[in-house]
Amino acid sequence: MIFGVDVASMLLGGVAAGMVLFIVSVGLSLTMGLMGFVNLAHGGFAMLGGYVIVQAMNHWGMGFAVALVLGFVITAAVSVVLERLLYSRLYRAAELDQVLLTVGLVFVMIASVTLLLGPENQPLRLPLALQGQIDLGIVKYRTYSIVLIATGLLLAAGLWLAFERTQIGAQIRAAVDNRRMAESLGINIARLFTITFAAGSGLAALGGGLGAEFLGLDPQYPLKYLVYFLIVVAVGGLGRVTGVFYAALLIGVLDFVLKKYLPQGGTAFIYGFTILLLLWRPQGLFGGQAR
Amino acid sequence: MTPAPPSGVLNRPAALVLAGRHRIRLWETVPWTLAIALYVAFPKYLAFGTELLITILFALSLDLVLGYAGIVTLGHAAFFGAGAYTVGILAKQGLWSEPITGLLLAAAMAAAVGLGSGLVLLRTRGLTLLMLTLCTMALLEEAANLAHVYTGGFDGLDSVPITPLFGRFEFNPLYPTTQYLYVLAVLFACFAFVRTLVYSPFGQSLTGIRENLLRMRAVGAPVRTRLVLCYTLSAAIAGIAGGIWAQANAYVNLGTLGLDRAATVLIILALGGHGRLYGAFIGAAAYMSLSHFLSKVYPTGWQLGLGLLLVVIALFANNGILGVVETLAHTLRRRRTGTPASPPGLR
Repeated sequence: MIFGVDVASMLLGGVAAGMVLFIVSVGLSLTMGLMGFVNLAHGGFAMLGGYVIVQAMNHWGMGFAVALVLGFVITAAVSVVLERLLYSRLYRAAELDQVLLTVGLVFVMIASVTLLLGPENQPLRLPLALQGQIDLGIVKYRTYSIVLIATGLLLAAGLWLAFERTQIGAQIRAAVDNRRMAESLGINIARLFTITFAAGSGLAALGGGLGAEFLGLDPQYPLKYLVYFLIVVAVGGLGRVTGVFYAALLIGVLDFVLKKYLPQGGTAFIYGFTILLLLWRPQGLFGGQAR
Repeated sequence: MTPAPPSGVLNRPAALVLAGRHRIRLWETVPWTLAIALYVAFPKYLAFGTELLITILFALSLDLVLGYAGIVTLGHAAFFGAGAYTVGILAKQGLWSEPITGLLLAAAMAAAVGLGSGLVLLRTRGLTLLMLTLCTMALLEEAANLAHVYTGGFDGLDSVPITPLFGRFEFNPLYPTTQYLYVLAVLFACFAFVRTLVYSPFGQSLTGIRENLLRMRAVGAPVRTRLVLCYTLSAAIAGIAGGIWAQANAYVNLGTLGLDRAATVLIILALGGHGRLYGAFIGAAAYMSLSHFLSKVYPTGWQLGLGLLLVVIALFANNGILGVVETLAHTLRRRRTGTPASPPGLR
């Protein structure tokens, strides 16, 4: 019984972390899949959103839910401006230029946040209702983790519906699978990409805010977790909502379990796992045909 | 001696450029003259100069894979770290502390890592390759962290004992005159090697692979073998840079393997101009002097400026400082003579 409780609480913790990874990374997977754009600044949008959310709660007295919406809107708006002004010029450019642009953006984001609010970690004060523990019958667990899991599931279901059942979702899927063909059919790829980019960055902002409680929130955030976001996308496949969902859960649980039982070599194991996986399936575990 | 090309061909500007571009020009002595001038005139800045020369060497090794073979990698520090730790561990364990042979061992170790990873990684391209280079480096960093019995873990290895060069010239961390000249000599040797390599038929085929992979396959070039060989050679040079860094500073830490170092060298090369050999020199000099004087006084402002600079380079100056200079010179020449000169892309 004790063992069962242990396993359950570990799974819950891992799944909660996985949900945050999913919320942040899904936009990255879609933008990379659509345009093949190497966006290393994606974590920067998660950080910006996190900062807006924490500021809104701690200083402007907003509720958690309202702050999350605000973070989504502001980050999405900022990302649209950057996309139109900067990203759109480099869609057909060499990878190196895309890497340089986005690394540059990360630096600018880190420096601006440091200038405005200093280098310290920004603590997220959860509302009272989300603190403490909740009794799930088998096991008592932190309320916030359960809320995270529920939020993640809701968002995943919403995204799945939007992806599989709406016109825009169908257009995105078509463009990911074959961009030229989709363009010949009259789909406006540039507009589609702007929408996807904004939504993806907004989601990253939500992830930044929701995950701030255990990932922390300081100016180094975009670089610290960049490799994790990229691994989730690489394992899940480019332009795949469901793939990224499973990959994020897998990495989240794996990371949680390994940190507990193999605190020394856990991270190394994940890197090794990713390398082997990508060599076996360059398109990712859940990705479609290699391109 | 290559047979002389048929006359007539050489009258065309493009052919002239192609036939003569491997020749050593007068201005190519400038960086070396400056390096010696720094030694004579500014003995106070020799520590900075040593760091600068090592950075040039590291950037030069990246230029080989990135600028010539077109392999975009985010994990080049893996080889720098492999070389640094080879020197550090061998000396710390009392196994080997002679500097020159130590560098050869560092090169061999880094080349082995490069060959091993290159054989598997270079089957992929694009984003997957970028991810794999990043993960390989992260894996090495974790491994170095785990093997703290040998590597010192997070704290690294300090006071690495290095025997005097040729048994006579000691490495003094406070007055790095020996280090400076030693690094300069090693840089010169490596540069001569890389310069010869990129103008050889092998180097030409690398450029071909960068420009048009499909066509190189179609003409029957052994693409993967060439790429792996280039990757291994570049890894060996990066290993030398890492090894010499460990010798000059007498310490090694996890930072030699980190994303920071890999990103910095990429930025330096992009700043100077990739695929041009001297981009490594210009980029390292510009970046290192700016960061040396600005990053300590205004660390945040430095990062902001660097970020903006990168955005500008990515958008407007694809080939860095040297690319801009070349385009300007090209425009000027055309204005003066009124005839279109050879396109600046030809190099």
